[in-house]
Amino acid sequence: MKLQKATSFALFAVLELAADPTHQLAAAEIADKYGISLHHLAKVLRDLARAGIVESARGVGGGYRFAGNPKRLTLMDVMELFEPIDSNRADGDDPRPSTDVGRALRLVLDEIDGHALATFRSITISTMLKIIDQRPWTAAVGDQKPRKRAARS
Amino acid sequence: MIKAAATVDAEAALRIRPALAADIPSVIALDEEVTGLAKPDYWRDMFERYGARRRKERFFLVAEHQDRLDGFVIGETRAWEFGSPPCGWIFAIQVRPKGRLKGMGTRLFNAICDCFRKTGVVNVRTMLARDNTTILSFFRSQGMVAGPFIELETTLD
Repeated sequence: MKLQKATSFALFAVLELAADPTHQLAAAEIADKYGISLHHLAKVLRDLARAGIVESARGVGGGYRFAGNPKRLTLMDVMELFEPIDSNRADGDDPRPSTDVGRALRLVLDEIDGHALATFRSITISTMLKIIDQRPWTAAVGDQKPRKRAARS
Repeated sequence: MIKAAATVDAEAALRIRPALAADIPSVIALDEEVTGLAKPDYWRDMFERYGARRRKERFFLVAEHQDRLDGFVIGETRAWEFGSPPCGWIFAIQVRPKGRLKGMGTRLFNAICDCFRKTGVVNVRTMLARDNTTILSFFRSQGMVAGPFIELETTLD
């Protein structure tokens, strides 16, 4: 599964800001950290602000701050602001959807989508921050212990 | 600070203990409050199987807050089902809706994990409906992720 750019940028920004809701960050700081287009990120942040997930502070030192409830806000809540996420999306890209083979393939793809949607709906921003802190991807390496979230540099 | 102190007080007042037969009417009522369905025979049977028998590997714990039963969890250490080495299974967990997001579910989860550890297992497993987002989110928040099994089913003709 691949997320659209705007969705990925939104998740980067939300998770970055939610890691310290008292701290505000400029769009440029987030763009620099993730190596992404500032112009595109600024548009994404405006959409997130309109949805009440982040809030902006104007003036010198202005930036964005997380404004959501990390225990309630899910990955799906953020993702569906930027791309259609459901298993009944338009069949325009489906070759031969009206054939039996096409329908059978659709059935299998819907099964996969069902699992994916349940996963996105059940993972909150708070859970994501825990995963980031625990860094489970280092477990295979062996001796790296979970890091404490460092103060923002 | 006042909120933090209140949370500490609430956690201190919470007691996790093995279920007793006298708790079952409260378990039935709590489940009915949450699911909208009364299942008295089911919960009495669950207590017989998980609260009264084979207590070394079966666990039925309740959370008591100010003398009121506000949550429960049921599980068992099982071996070699589906080819799996011994593993802790959580079959049910329930917290009164007003008591949620206050750490009670986490205390119940940790308590049953302690029980599983004492049986020597290192993995805990559960299964739930894909659309049960609340409980799915809860287990995710406890660090649970998709495991190596896939549930399959069919409709009998």
